[in-house]
Amino acid sequence: MNMMNPPTTISAVMPHRPRLLTPKGWLTVLTAILIVAVLVPVLNLLVPEGNPVHLSDYLVGLTGKIMCYAICALAMDLIWGYTGILSLGHGLFFALGGYAMGMYLMRQIGRDGNYQSDLPDFMVFLDWKTLPWHWSISDSFVLQMLLVLLVPGALAWVFGFFAFRSRIKGVYFSIITQALTYAAMLLFFRNETGFGGNNGFTDFKRILGYSATSTTTRMVLFVITGLVLIGFYLMARWIVASKFGRVLQAIRDAESRVMFTGYNPLSYKLGIWVLSALMCGVAGALYVPQVGIINPGEMSPAASIEIAIWAAVGGRATLIGPIVGAFFVNGAKSWFTQVFPEFWLYFLGALFIAVTLFLPNGIVGLFKKKGEQQS
Amino acid sequence: MTPELMEAGAEALTRHAEADVQKDSSGGSASFGRLVHGLTPDFSTGVALYVDDITVSFDGFKALNNLNLMIKVGELRCIIGPNGAGKTTMMDCITGKTRPDSGTVSFGQNVDLLRLRENEIAEIGIGRKFQKPTVFEQLSVFENLELALKADRSPRASLWHRLSGAQLDRIGEVMTLIHLGQQAQRQAGLLSHGQKQWLEIGMLLMQDPKLLLLDEPVAGMTDEETERTAELFLSLEGQHSLVVVEHDMHFVDQLTEGKKTVTVLHEGSVLAEGLLSDVQANERVVEVYLGR
Repeated sequence: MNMMNPPTTISAVMPHRPRLLTPKGWLTVLTAILIVAVLVPVLNLLVPEGNPVHLSDYLVGLTGKIMCYAICALAMDLIWGYTGILSLGHGLFFALGGYAMGMYLMRQIGRDGNYQSDLPDFMVFLDWKTLPWHWSISDSFVLQMLLVLLVPGALAWVFGFFAFRSRIKGVYFSIITQALTYAAMLLFFRNETGFGGNNGFTDFKRILGYSATSTTTRMVLFVITGLVLIGFYLMARWIVASKFGRVLQAIRDAESRVMFTGYNPLSYKLGIWVLSALMCGVAGALYVPQVGIINPGEMSPAASIEIAIWAAVGGRATLIGPIVGAFFVNGAKSWFTQVFPEFWLYFLGALFIAVTLFLPNGIVGLFKKKGEQQS
Repeated sequence: MTPELMEAGAEALTRHAEADVQKDSSGGSASFGRLVHGLTPDFSTGVALYVDDITVSFDGFKALNNLNLMIKVGELRCIIGPNGAGKTTMMDCITGKTRPDSGTVSFGQNVDLLRLRENEIAEIGIGRKFQKPTVFEQLSVFENLELALKADRSPRASLWHRLSGAQLDRIGEVMTLIHLGQQAQRQAGLLSHGQKQWLEIGMLLMQDPKLLLLDEPVAGMTDEETERTAELFLSLEGQHSLVVVEHDMHFVDQLTEGKKTVTVLHEGSVLAEGLLSDVQANERVVEVYLGR
């Protein structure tokens, strides 16, 4: 009976690990790139209006906006789905990236504002004579784009370092992140902070010299957003497939075991936390020129909780799930708020309960289960 | 009183006197400072672990009360004691989870463990198995072992990590040793309780520690599994130092083979030390265990 105890060979032990994506996966990614970069621009710009396959500007704008949300959901999946750290403050990083972009866009208005002043309208309204210090580099696109990364990144690093070093975990961490974004919202609501108070920034005219409202500019922004989303997805896939990704999952399952195995969870958690914040910052920066407004409402606790809902609805720790979730929930939202505007919040609550009760693995889990049953 | 205990006592006493002299220069008491990296423990005196006079109290309750313990290089030491004797707290102190109020714990003769964090202690060669088997439930058996494999623990190294052929062989070897060779791709959370215990032991072996601390390693195992575990531990003796905390006297008997020292803890300090048969005959031990 040789079968009882066959020698353990390398091939028997070695797990089957696809490189990054299966050939089918790469094909899907390629298709997604083609849709975003070719099909949508063609259907929107070249196919004339009135043609049944014409894509309306409204739909393009909506999809672009949702793709920004999807980046946030993807970032949430890395920190929550894989590492088990529920952040209820990711909206803050999104908003900070958005504000950094917004500052540049405000300066690009130039003298075309209501008051025909060099200063942004809200500063004239407050009777300010010069730009505050933190606006000093807002004329430079490159420097301001650095701020898009630097501000959310630095805040996440400092906050994360102290929170993780003090071993703040679970619901305590969630509450603190929630408080953080709330505090930031109150701060940004104030006029003295120099961010336009409760009106925030709006009425953008130009971006890099191009009209901010033209169909072509909007399409370029749409394409960039789509490519960034796909790029981030591939990066996340690579991280999750690496040993780093498995350490993250190990932290989620048994952090003490990770420590007693010799890993310092602090550096791993901090790394993925900062990356996640950076992704949200970029998403915010892409969002603002597309929707044409940024205000402290983006920092409200509800906005951050929604990001977690997208991830949960789509399916945690799947990467693709949160993207699906962001599209599903926001698609439903824009339909609902048109048809039954009063019932949207009830629907969202019911959806969250239904997912928690019946779909612990989210929408994507539903398909996976079916696939497993078939095979 | 065994001669060994007398020796250990005498050594502890001299060390204590030395510590008293140095008291001004930060030595002598529990410290929260950090140690310079790259320190390798020095085992030239043949001692792997010194636990010297440590006291831990939780809200006035003394979980450990002037506990002294010395483990030699390559020694297999069983520690027994009734519930609440402080066995797990002792392991917590050695592995950096709990800081004692006073006393010192050193690894080899030069590394002060009280200055290190949990992960640093693990990295210099102390592995610990928890009372409740703790494995990464969502990962496969293979991945569990892979994570425990001795390698650079920094995030950057993990990001670019590739398994070498020798490392793969090592994982395969350990998998066979812990009888999970056929379960490589099984999710760890789906293993039986005994198998999880083994997986955790396997993870310790992957770390290749000098000292293994095993908290109730055979709890929940069948008789056959217990037997195999005893064989495994006996095969490790000599290459590694092992400290086994266990309630199962039959298992302890198997491990000590009638010739190794057993330590009995009670109310946070050492009650008796010696051969299992001697210890079991000790009146005070009987009293503690039977509550007379």
